[in-house]
Amino acid sequence: MITSLLFYAFSLILVLSALGVITSRNPVHSALFLVLAFVQSAMLWLLLEAEFLAVVLVLVYVGAVMVLFLFVVMMLDINVEELRTGFTRYVPIGAAVAFVVVLEIGHVIWFRSQDVLAVATPEPYPAGYSNTQALGSVLYTEHVYAFELAAMILLLAIVAAITLTMRRRPGLKVQNIARQVAVRREDRVRLVKVDPVTDSGTSSNQSRIASNESRAESVDSQTASNASVSVSKESVTDSKDPGTGD
Amino acid sequence: MTVTISHYLILAAVLFSMSVAGIFINRKNVILLLMCIELMLLAVNFNFIAFSRMLGDEMGQVFVFFILTVAAAEAAIGLAILVVLFRTRQSINVEELDTLRG
Amino acid sequence: MEGVYLSIILAPLAASVAVGLFGSRVGRAGAHWITIVGVSISFVLSLVVLADVLGGAEVYSGAVYQWGQVGGLSLEIGFLIDHLTALMITVVSFVSLAVHIYTIGYMADDDGYQRFFSYISLFTFAMLTLVMSNNFLQLFFGWEAVGVVSYLLIGFWFKRETAIFANMKAFLVNRVGDFGFLLGIATLLAFTGSLDYQTVFGAAEGLADERISLFSGTEWSVLTVACLGLFVGAMDKSAQMPLHVWLPDSMEGPTPISALIHAATMVTAGIFMVARMSPLFEYSQTALSVMLVIGATTAIFTGLLGVVQQDIKRIVAYSTLSQLGYMTVALGASAYAAGIFHLMTHAFFKALLFLAAGSVIIALHHEQDIRKMGGLRKYMPITYWTSVIGTLALIGFPGFSGFYSKDALIEAVHLSATPGAGYAYWCVLLGVFVTALYSFRLLFVVFHGEERIDQHAREHLKESPKVVTVPLILLAIPSVVIGWITIGPVLFGGFFEDSIFVLAQQDVVGLVGEEFHGAAAFIVHAATHSVALYLAAAGALVAWFLYIRRPDLPGILQSRLAVLHRVLDNKYYFDWFNENVVAAATRMLAGSLWRVADAGVIDGVGINGSARGVRYLAGVVRTLQTGYLYHYAFAMIIGLTAFLVWLTFGG
Repeated sequence: MITSLLFYAFSLILVLSALGVITSRNPVHSALFLVLAFVQSAMLWLLLEAEFLAVVLVLVYVGAVMVLFLFVVMMLDINVEELRTGFTRYVPIGAAVAFVVVLEIGHVIWFRSQDVLAVATPEPYPAGYSNTQALGSVLYTEHVYAFELAAMILLLAIVAAITLTMRRRPGLKVQNIARQVAVRREDRVRLVKVDPVTDSGTSSNQSRIASNESRAESVDSQTASNASVSVSKESVTDSKDPGTGD
Repeated sequence: MTVTISHYLILAAVLFSMSVAGIFINRKNVILLLMCIELMLLAVNFNFIAFSRMLGDEMGQVFVFFILTVAAAEAAIGLAILVVLFRTRQSINVEELDTLRG
Repeated sequence: MEGVYLSIILAPLAASVAVGLFGSRVGRAGAHWITIVGVSISFVLSLVVLADVLGGAEVYSGAVYQWGQVGGLSLEIGFLIDHLTALMITVVSFVSLAVHIYTIGYMADDDGYQRFFSYISLFTFAMLTLVMSNNFLQLFFGWEAVGVVSYLLIGFWFKRETAIFANMKAFLVNRVGDFGFLLGIATLLAFTGSLDYQTVFGAAEGLADERISLFSGTEWSVLTVACLGLFVGAMDKSAQMPLHVWLPDSMEGPTPISALIHAATMVTAGIFMVARMSPLFEYSQTALSVMLVIGATTAIFTGLLGVVQQDIKRIVAYSTLSQLGYMTVALGASAYAAGIFHLMTHAFFKALLFLAAGSVIIALHHEQDIRKMGGLRKYMPITYWTSVIGTLALIGFPGFSGFYSKDALIEAVHLSATPGAGYAYWCVLLGVFVTALYSFRLLFVVFHGEERIDQHAREHLKESPKVVTVPLILLAIPSVVIGWITIGPVLFGGFFEDSIFVLAQQDVVGLVGEEFHGAAAFIVHAATHSVALYLAAAGALVAWFLYIRRPDLPGILQSRLAVLHRVLDNKYYFDWFNENVVAAATRMLAGSLWRVADAGVIDGVGINGSARGVRYLAGVVRTLQTGYLYHYAFAMIIGLTAFLVWLTFGG
């Protein structure tokens, strides 16, 4: 009796929260209604003695997936009002399809499943039965390959999600270890041959050396910049002076 | 009155139908579409667990386990796609996503 | 002997390939030496084979190579060597050799010298293959191969508009005949299951009684159908009415070709083929009658055309047509031996006449209009005298080769009881008169009478070089004597017993032979028993009167008999009919088929229609592709729901 009451109570909340999911104006509310629906489902599954899956549903769905949903909903700046326009446009066809589905399922349950309904009330499990243990013993023996496959799918989902959402912003400083390791001497060091300065050098050559000198000095220190500018001026005005280069 | 398998099955049917209706109603909002799909999968899981319980066979629950796995993966990838979509178009309005129009 | 047989056909082929592919490397002299050596080998080996056969060798029939097998049907290259084959290969290779030598002179200035030699050697190969074959497929190969070379050679001067027209015409007309030929072979194959001569011949008598239903219910003898098909093939190759139209036009080709292909060898392929198939034709009275009528008609009416032509080569060409008609008549009268005998003598003197005409043409710088000739006798004595020999042989002057073959032939037709023989007899008799008329007209107008030559041409007018005159003399000798020597052994001595089959009640050659007591006695017999000789004399006299005695008369006659002249001048309107009725109807049919079937149905409905249909459907379907995600989702859900409805309520 208490089981029946619990069933109807949970079912009612479940249906109402589902209604909330599909009719809420705000996606955040929808997500929260969905959380409620999942929790109610977990309760109902407990009634069906599927304890392990009920716990998994709460942990995985409520704990992870719905949080992800909420996160995305809140992260994205969604114009809710725009999305609500024409809200009722497809209600008739939606309702019609839903009605047909209900009709079908009802038909199956009442007219095509008489022998199933004969054992509608399941036998209670024997004492000491552990749902988790039973499930585990099947999962790790008979369905171990499928289990591994499921693991692969999850890994794939992780990789896919990361690949899709990761982006490289320009200007982001990252360390590329592979390139650091692969570097060679030629990439970094360049040997430049510099002509020794002689008296017979042409005026343009001297002026170039002088300007090089001045630039080097200006980079070196702030205090020397005045001097360097004066030197370069000298070299332009009096290009025949041989001493400026040194 | 006792609760039979039929009750669970009808509950699942109602849940499923509501999510179908939800897809029709919330056709513009991709996030809600994804939520409706989750709801739909939940309804399916109900059926599996109910039958598993009735027949005393764990296979149904194994199925549910895998469905949960795949649904989680699907939700993750779906949301990732949604994020990328929003980043490129600044909108998740399905009515604006008609580049595939023939 | 297989090696010898193979060498006979392969020597010209090798020469042709060598000259054809490496023409520029071997040079002009190399080209003619290689091909002449190749054909000489064939000729010498042909003589070896002839001697072997005359020495009493067994009939050889065997395959040297099997190149394919389809079901139970074996496709082979094989040889059938008997008296008929031996005679044919000797004639073919001899005439071919003479023409090769002659070509050196005739084509001396031509750019396509090597090409020409390659072609004629190829032709020799094809013709020998045809003649030596022991099965229908190889026969058909040779048949088509000579057709191809003929096509190539008629259009040898491919820059001439008329030559291209002529070779296209020859090609198209030959297609008609080849189709009949192929149908004949196919009929035989369908009913005997074999392509081998011996097998088919063995089944011939049975086939005569088998019936085949053609044209909605009319019953035909299988053998008659096959023979008529084969004869249609012979009609085009041997230019019988109404498929003769290509032969006069083929004179667009160089003269050596006219001599070799369109007088001596290829056009006789049809005659040879029918003679070879005598075991089949003998059992089909219908086919024999058809041959009689068609041959007789061709003999007389094409001869008449020769009287009004002005082109020297065309006159000889019409003469050839007429003589081919004689041979066909002989075949129709079951006098196959007489037909082949005439074929042989004709090969010599007609090649001679063509080459003589060619000699005149060279001398006059490729002038072919006899109105611009005349009085050439004193400039070209050798050409003149060989022409006289050829002409006398052609009209059947007693003692010359043509006399024996033609007189025996006419006698045989006279004795024949095949339906249509009476008509044929009168036609060939009149034909003798016509032959003499046009032959002497040609001789008188070209070599006698006043000179109407261009001033320019006259300055260079001289006898042709030795390479031209030697073949003329070479051919003149057999033209005179071959009939005298060979009529006894070849025609009445049972020479063809092993290769030609004649039913006893139709053996007219045998009847003629009963009264044969030697070549000289034959002349006496002809003079006393037949009017042919006197008709020939009358024809010659009329020609003399019209063209020497009263050269003004032809013009007067022409204006008096304007209608007749116009009909003759237009060649009985065959070309007009072909071009305006057959070709036009074909073009109209093809045009309407193109418009309705091709453009309308296939293009319009089939291709463009299906494309339009797809485009229309795609246009409808694409509206379903809205691009909206939820529409696809709806489609999935609605489809799934419908499926579930079917699953739950449908059973």
